[in-house]
Formats: sequence, structure tokens, C-alpha cells
Amino acid sequence: MRRLVLERRMETPWALTLASPLLAVGLTLVSAVLVFLAMGRDPLEALFVYFVMPVSDLWGLQEVAVKATPLVLIAVGLALCYRSNNWNIGAEGQFLMGAMAGGWLAVATHGMGAGAWVLPAMLAMGALGGALFALIPALLKTRFGANEILTSLMLVYVAELLLDWLVRGPWRDPQGFNMPQTVVFAPEATIPLLMEGGRLNLGTPIMLLVVVLVALMVARTLKGFEITLVGEAPRAARFAGFDAKRLTWTVFAIAGGLAGLAGVLEAAGTVRMLQPGLSPGYGFTAIIVAFLGRLNPVGCLVAGVFLAITFIGGENAQIMMQMPLDVTRVFQGLLLFYVLGCDTLLLYRVRWVRRAEA
Amino acid sequence: MSTPLLDATGLVKRFGALVANDHVDLRVMPGEAHALLGENGAGKSTLVKMLYGLLQPDAGHIAWEGRPVHLPEPRAARRLGIGMVFQHFSLFDNLTVAENVALALDAAEPVPRIAARLAEVSRAYGLPLEPGREVWRLSVGERQRIEIVRCLMQDPRLLILDEPTSVLTPQESEGLFVTLDRIRAEGRAVLYISHKLEEVRRLCETATILRHGRVVARTDPRAETAGSLARMMVGSEVAALRHAAAPPEGPVRLSVRGLSVAAEDPHGVGLKDISLDLRRGEVLGIAGVAGNGQEALFAALSGEVLAPRAEQILLDGDAVGRADINARRRKGAAFVPEERLGHAAAPRLALSDNALVSGHAASGMVRHGMLDRGRMLGWVDAVTQAFDVRKGPRDPEARALSGGNLQKFVVGREVLRKPGLLVVSQPTWGVDAGAAGLIRLALLDLAREGSAVLVISQDLDELLEMADRIAVLFHGRLSPAEPVAGLTREAIGLRMGGAA
Amino acid sequence: MTLFEAILLTVITASTPLLIAAIGELVVERSGVLNLGVEGMMIMGAAVGIAAAITTGSSAFGVLAAVLAGMAMAALFALLTLGLATNQVAAGLALAIFGLGLSGVVGAPFVGVQREGIGQVAIPYLSDIPFLGPVLFAQDPFVYAAFALVAGVSWFLFRTRAGLVLRACGENHASAHALGHHVLRVRFLAVLFGGACAGLAGAYLSLVYTPFWTSGMTAGRGWIALAIVVFASWLPWRAAVGAYLFGGATILQLHAQSAGVPLPTQLLAAMPYLITILVLVLIMRLRRGGVAGPQSLGQPFVPDR
Repeated sequence: MRRLVLERRMETPWALTLASPLLAVGLTLVSAVLVFLAMGRDPLEALFVYFVMPVSDLWGLQEVAVKATPLVLIAVGLALCYRSNNWNIGAEGQFLMGAMAGGWLAVATHGMGAGAWVLPAMLAMGALGGALFALIPALLKTRFGANEILTSLMLVYVAELLLDWLVRGPWRDPQGFNMPQTVVFAPEATIPLLMEGGRLNLGTPIMLLVVVLVALMVARTLKGFEITLVGEAPRAARFAGFDAKRLTWTVFAIAGGLAGLAGVLEAAGTVRMLQPGLSPGYGFTAIIVAFLGRLNPVGCLVAGVFLAITFIGGENAQIMMQMPLDVTRVFQGLLLFYVLGCDTLLLYRVRWVRRAEA
Repeated sequence: MSTPLLDATGLVKRFGALVANDHVDLRVMPGEAHALLGENGAGKSTLVKMLYGLLQPDAGHIAWEGRPVHLPEPRAARRLGIGMVFQHFSLFDNLTVAENVALALDAAEPVPRIAARLAEVSRAYGLPLEPGREVWRLSVGERQRIEIVRCLMQDPRLLILDEPTSVLTPQESEGLFVTLDRIRAEGRAVLYISHKLEEVRRLCETATILRHGRVVARTDPRAETAGSLARMMVGSEVAALRHAAAPPEGPVRLSVRGLSVAAEDPHGVGLKDISLDLRRGEVLGIAGVAGNGQEALFAALSGEVLAPRAEQILLDGDAVGRADINARRRKGAAFVPEERLGHAAAPRLALSDNALVSGHAASGMVRHGMLDRGRMLGWVDAVTQAFDVRKGPRDPEARALSGGNLQKFVVGREVLRKPGLLVVSQPTWGVDAGAAGLIRLALLDLAREGSAVLVISQDLDELLEMADRIAVLFHGRLSPAEPVAGLTREAIGLRMGGAA
Repeated sequence: MTLFEAILLTVITASTPLLIAAIGELVVERSGVLNLGVEGMMIMGAAVGIAAAITTGSSAFGVLAAVLAGMAMAALFALLTLGLATNQVAAGLALAIFGLGLSGVVGAPFVGVQREGIGQVAIPYLSDIPFLGPVLFAQDPFVYAAFALVAGVSWFLFRTRAGLVLRACGENHASAHALGHHVLRVRFLAVLFGGACAGLAGAYLSLVYTPFWTSGMTAGRGWIALAIVVFASWLPWRAAVGAYLFGGATILQLHAQSAGVPLPTQLLAAMPYLITILVLVLIMRLRRGGVAGPQSLGQPFVPDR
């Protein structure tokens, strides 16, 4: 009989840190083939629809960027949280809160012919709304010691219900045939498109700028070091004189702010209104993006693009192959499993050994 | 000659590239008190873990009463009659004494019956214990009693004790020796692991000495001197340090007045009305058994935990009790905590990042919030050179260094800044003799150049060697500091046990 | 039957899945493992349970399949966190996401299929007791199973040697290992038990509570079960109290909605989640300075070899 044994590594080869997420992606693809076979589909055709078709023309590439934008924005913030051992899993709620805070301005100024100030103000309100909403679990954690995993998640349901109430009640479009949605945002409350014949908008360059800024912060500033140290060794962080509670506030505010920004960009750029199904689960998928990106901002960018492809691939597969959308979620869950499992390789050497005869 | 009780031959144990035990032979006769001697890291704990079934040897054989045996797990060792008292106790703080005992017994037995047997055994050996108490309420000495009593309840033929006195006062140790004499009088053998030579000479008639994972000598310790045993352990002459004859009379650098701090951990010990003065050029030793408030004292002096009032801690005359650790660093203080990995250094971060841990406040590694990686690396190089830190790459992760080399790094990181005040806790805990000597010398040199050095240590010999004055911490209270010249081990030992 | 009795009855049925899942997770956490994937295991139990029940036509088979599905999910989690020593928080999240997706795939062919729920079983004589009888002793088998689980787990944890070993693994895994206890084996079995309970709770949702499949039908109950364990300070009887409090809150808001309370239905629907947050805060305030759960909770254990 053989069994699995872990041996601690003294030093992690740098090549492994790159290879581990790639290995996880590879294992996910292998699993995907097995799933397609089990469902009685042609695996090559399915793989093509899922992973190749989304990037095979300009329109598809634009869609990938449009989907990757919220994923990466949220994931970069979550990466800061997770680096410092703050388990914010409520980004979905913070995303919706940002969309509502920014969307309120669009609804309130609708038809007033307000000036160019509306859009920047909406973005600021969105970031602020998301940040304030994220500060609730931060406050409950630092002030009362309440588990932030549970509180941040519970607030997702609260945000969903709040949005539901708003678009069915006070903010419903009077001319909308009783559909649960707001008015279509006016041009001055809409994110400008970057090119004709697609949905790529200013949100994507904003996201790229955020990635660069956060990457710089992590690698080059004392604040970035503080975030890393608090997560790696909390007692050493206290020895360094860093205040873990204040840092909890900081990272929750940044993550909430970025999620809120993503929310308002989605509402004002891609969807152009508020409606209950505003997010196809970006806030949860971003958790996977953060881990697949090894909690590194640039890594999150790469991972976000990959997950965006699976999103679009899933939609394509639903239309073209009648495959349930949930298959995408299965792949995403599997991917996270593999990412975590492969990360073990960084800390330990995994060996199969023969069990000592008893 | 009769059959040995335990006969281990050619035991080999490797951890990755490290050979912790290299063809080790050990033979324990029935009823014998056998010492296993060696420095930290010599492979003593690895060897006894194999004898107790906790680790599996890569090669070699173990025979029990002449018959070869295989020990896949501790249960098998216990069935033969091998009992073990661990150095870092294997107890459960939130469980009761009786439950702790039940967990070490192999047969299922109702807890009330265990409690009754426990009372009986503890009475027979003079080791009083209350079965219903939770372990976290007990003193260190009482905790060790649980470990010994639960071994004795299994009627062992061989009792292994791993560094049992490292956490006891000299008087408590004496009590342990009386118990061990009684255990031996019943014909049980004792395998006694220690690096304290006087104890070994007092207790044991045979000694096996390990160095770098190999047996270097077998001898009768009563026929040796402490010096000759030490030479065998270390492999070279051990140089004794000498502190200055007369305590220095410089100005007071650190002054603590009536400081009381509650423990952070609900099970911990806080500080009660602590006062002390530390002068320029002086080394002040804080003796005491672990768990008497050392953590709270380090936290309060460093500023990790703030004092209730600012004027309770004066640094060069300024009230700093409410100033955080970085404000104190900027005023020329430096600190070395007890735990190397996790407190002094982050295991998975590079040494240059770890230089930043204590260095970001006052050493020019950070400008306008931006890191200066060149300076961080330069600092690592400087510490490496000054303190002979041995490592492979230029900037490895902290966990890749051996205990001694990492300790040299975290001490050197502070000493190199020439701090006016250095507070250091357990400077040489678990460190090989070479590194320990270098660290002590560096601390003494620092004091000689005019710094004030406060050393918190459980190693009384270390304090007697280095300190000008010694104060004793007991249950969160600090005795007045007295010059070393007028102190004896016995006098300090009494205070460590709570006698005035 | 009075209205009050009827309300109590519905409270008990609403609380039962929470209680079953919470008891399972309580055992898992007592062994030192934090499995945040309860939601994923539960919904897989619900999906596989109803799929098996419809396919075979047997509710009993559905329940069995649900329990096995929960255990399979738990085994996946155990492989990662125990076998590969990964971060338990992240692995739990992965399990939740994975379960939500996979249950959708498994349940897709059964959307909209109605079936008869599992009926009540009245206990002879006891159910004739006025008031208490109909409320407590004329329930479906799951309610009795939940009572039995609370009593059984309480007895196991505090009255048996195996329970003592399990608690020891959660308190201090290094010491338990040094004494020769098989920490990873104990934890593996505990995680499997937690998975079985979550699967059972899921089966209750899709076979009894709302006897048809809808995607995402657990609606956060797995997460609330986690909160109940914290609320209960890891004590089985208190978990029962917690589950009935939460169940009561759910039912009250349903009754308030149907009674036409002049509040938005969305606000009422948000009450269970808001109450969960409030309770977490209050319990932490009350417990200030007290015990904070098993001391090795959430820490991976890798034995030296």
C-alpha cells in the first residue's frame, strides 16, 4: 500500500511559482475533457467553443475585455484582503452596492440634461458606496471580533434584496412596462465606448491603470510590505509596529472601493441600467481569479482574462451546444481546487511512499 | 552480562538533505539511569522519537529484551513498556487532568476510574494532582507531573525524559530527582536527555554522547568532570565569558516605575507593579521560569503593548509608556523577541524583507513610503558579514536558515544599529554553542560600548555569565535587581520558585 | 390545531435543515477543521437527493444518495485540506462554488418536476399529548433524526473515548500526534460526518421542505449553519437553540409577509441574514475574554516523517 507524504521545502524554486497555476489550468482542461465525454459531447468541439472561439475575432476579444474588467478590478482588491488574512468574500455585495450608489445619480439626474460632471461623480459614488459597504464587516471584525467571512457573505444577500427592492419600487422605469429595471442611463451618465462595433469602453483602461498602481503598491511601498507581513506573520507585523486592525479597515475599503467601481462601470458602461441580474456572479468568480493570480495584481490580470474567456465560452456553449450555464461554474470550482492543490507544491515536496509494514 | 533492555543499532534518520541520526547505537540496561547528552541539534530528540514510535528510522534495528521489534506508532512502544515525558509538553490546555491522562492510555477506561487510579499513583509517588482541574490553570511544574504520572500509570519498564528540567526551578528539579530515584528503586530504567551536565552527573551511571547526529562517546559521567563532558559534546574547548568585575555607574537609560499590565491571553500571566532601572553600559538579567510574565514584560518594554500611563516607562528620561514600538526605535531602542520564526522574522519572506521588519522606522530603508531595495540588501550583507550568518544564496527566505544562523541574523539586525537600549528575550534558546558564544559576546561588547542591555532568559547559567545584575520574575512580579557577585544559584532558584 | 401550534410546527421544519447541517459542522470544527463549504455540500445533497428519488421512485434511496453526495464532496475537501494541507478557508470557498455549479448541472433535468414529499410519522401515544404531541411527535422522520443527532453527538463528544480523542485533535494537533493519535484519520472521519449531515440537510430541503428542485435552493442556509456553530460555542445543545432561533426568524418573516405587514418583502426576506450578523456580533460581545473555539481550528497539520 502506498500513501501521500508531504515534506516541507526549505526554499521554493521561483519557476514553480509560475508553473503551479499553469499546471492547475492544465488539469482543469483535462477535467473539462472528461466532463464533456461524460456528458456525451465531442470534447474537441466543446473545448473549441469554450476556450478558442471567444478569442477568435475582434468582437469576441472586446467581450473578453468587457468581462475581464470587473473580474480583475474586484480580484485585485480581494488579493490585498487575502494577502493580509482578511477573508472578504462579500465582493458581490460590494459590487452591487457600488452600482446602486453610482446608479442613483444616473437615475436622479435623468432627463435633467446634467453636464459632464455626472459620470466622474458616479464613479466616485460607486467606489465610495462599495467601500462603505465593505467597511461594515471590517468594523464588525475589528470592533467585535465577528467572523468577517460570514458577515461579508450575509451582506451579499442584503445587497441583492436591496437592489431588487429599488428596481421594483422607487427606481423602476415608469415607462418600462413594469419590468424590474431602471431607465436606460442618459448619454452623459454612460461610460464612453472605445471603438465602434463592440462594447469595449473606458472601464478597461481604468482597470489596467488600477492593476499597475496596485502592483506598484504591493512591490514597492511600505504599505504593500505591511499588507504582506500582516498575512505572512501577524506577530512579526506587530513587532514591526503595524496596526493590524487599521490595516483590516484599509484593505476592506480598497477592496470594497474597487468592487464598487467595477459595479458602477458595469451598470453605466456595459448594461446601462440597474436590474436584478446585474452581476453574473463576478464577485464570487473574482475570488477564483485572485487565487489563480497568486494574489498578485499582474497575476490577477492574466487570471481574469482566462476566467472571462470561460464566461463567454459558457454562454457560447449554452447557445450552440445547449450546455447548462452551471457547467462553467463547475469548471471554475474545479480550477480553484487545482490551484489550491498545486500551491501545496510550493510549500511541500509531495511523495508517494510505501506504507511501513505494520 | 545480562540482556539489554533496549538495544538500538545503526539507526539512521534523514530529513531531506540533513542526516539527523547517522548510524546511532544506544544500549540501555534494565534498571539503569542512562543519559543522552548533546548540544541542541545533535539529534537527541530525533533518536528518542524513533524509540517511541513517533518517527520511523530509515535504517537500523531496535531490539527490546533481545528480541527485534518494530515500532510503527507510540502505542506499540507503550505496549512494550516504554513511556515518554516530552520537552514541550503534549498536553491539552482546555481539557482536564483526567482527560489528559485518558488520552495517553491505550485501553478505553471510564474517566472516573482513571481519576481514581490517577489519585492513587500520584499519592504513591508524591506528585499531587487534582484530576478535575483544567490544565491551563496549572503551573509548569504541575503540568510536568501530569506527564510523569500518566507514564507511570502504564507501569513502564523504561521512562524517557526529554530535557525535563529546562522549565523547572532548581528546587523543582531537585524534587524531580527524588521522584526519579524512587522510580529507579522500583527497577525501572530511565533514559535522561539533557545538556545540563551537573544533573547528569548527579543522576546517571551511563552516558551516550551525540554530536552532529553521531555517537562520539560512551562513558560513566560520574567519572568525568563537567568540563570533560562539555568538550565531548561540543568537540572543542568551551571558552567562558567574563563580565566586568564592578557594575557600571553610568546614567540611567531605561527606568520602569510601578508598571502593571494585564495579560493579553486569558490564560497568560500579566505584570504586577514592576520597577527597574537600567544604566548605560550595564547588562541586566531577568531570570524566571517560563510563563511567569516574560511575554508581557517584553511586550510592554518594546511597546507592542502600551503601558497604562506614559511616565511608567522612561527612556533617557522621556516618558515613552504610551509610545508605540517604532517611536521607541526612533529614540534608539531595539528589541529581539524570543520566537525567531513568526515573531522576530517572517518565515516565508526574504532576509531583506525581514531586515525591514524592524528597520523600516529608523534606518533609511524607506523614503516617502517607497522601499529602497538596495539599502535593504545592503543591510543583509552587513549583518551577514559582522555576524558570520551562513546561508546559500545572498537573500534567502528566513525559514531556509538554521536556528543558530537565523538567531545571529535577528540579533545582528538590531546590534548593528548600535542601539542605546537593547531588550532581548532568550538570546540563545535552542542555538548551537558556536552561535550562542558569538551572540553573547556581541551583547557584552554592545554594553561595553555604552549601551544598556536587558536580557530576559530562562537559562540561569547564561545570565550568571553575562549579567551585571539579576532580577527574578515570578507570577508577574519582579524582585529587586542585585549584583551578580553577591548571588548564588540557590538564592536565585528560591526566588524563581516564589520564595522571597 | 391552533395557529400557534401551526406556527411552531413550521418553525421546527424550517429549523431542521439548519440544525442537521450545523451539528455536522460542529463535529468537523471540534476536530480542528474549518469547512466553509457547507453550502456546497448541502445543495449537492438537495440536487442528488431529488434526482435519485425521482429516478428510482424511492424517497429512502434519495436520502441515501444525498448523504453519499455530501460525503463525496466532503472527501474532496478532505483530500485538499488534509492530504495536501491547503488553506481551509480557500478550499471551503472552492467547495461552495463547485457545489453550486455541479448541483445546477445535476438538477437541470429535474427542474419543475413535482413529487410527493416525505410525510409525517406520528409516534403512537406521544403524539396524543395535548399541544406538545402534534408539535413534537407528529413530524417527519428528519425532525426526529435531528433530535437524535443532537443527543448522539453530545453523548459522543463528551462521554466516549473516541469523542475525547476528536476534541483533543481540535485542541492541539501536535500533542495528539505525539501521543500516537491519528490526527488526519480522525479529522477525515469528522469531515465525512459533516458532509453526510450537510447532504442529509440538503435532502430535507428538496424532498420534504419544498419537494421540487430549483437552482440555488439552499439560499445561504449552509452559511447560516456555520454561524450557528459559532453562536453555539461548539456545544450541540446550544446549536439546537441557535437553529430554532434562526428557523423562527425565517418563519416570522414569512408570516409577516402573508399578514401584509407594511414593509417591503425584500426587507423581510433580508431579516434572516441581518439577524445572523446581529447574533454573531452579540455572541462575540458576550463571550469577550472567554473560550474562542477549538485552538487548532483551521490550522493545517503535517506530521513529520
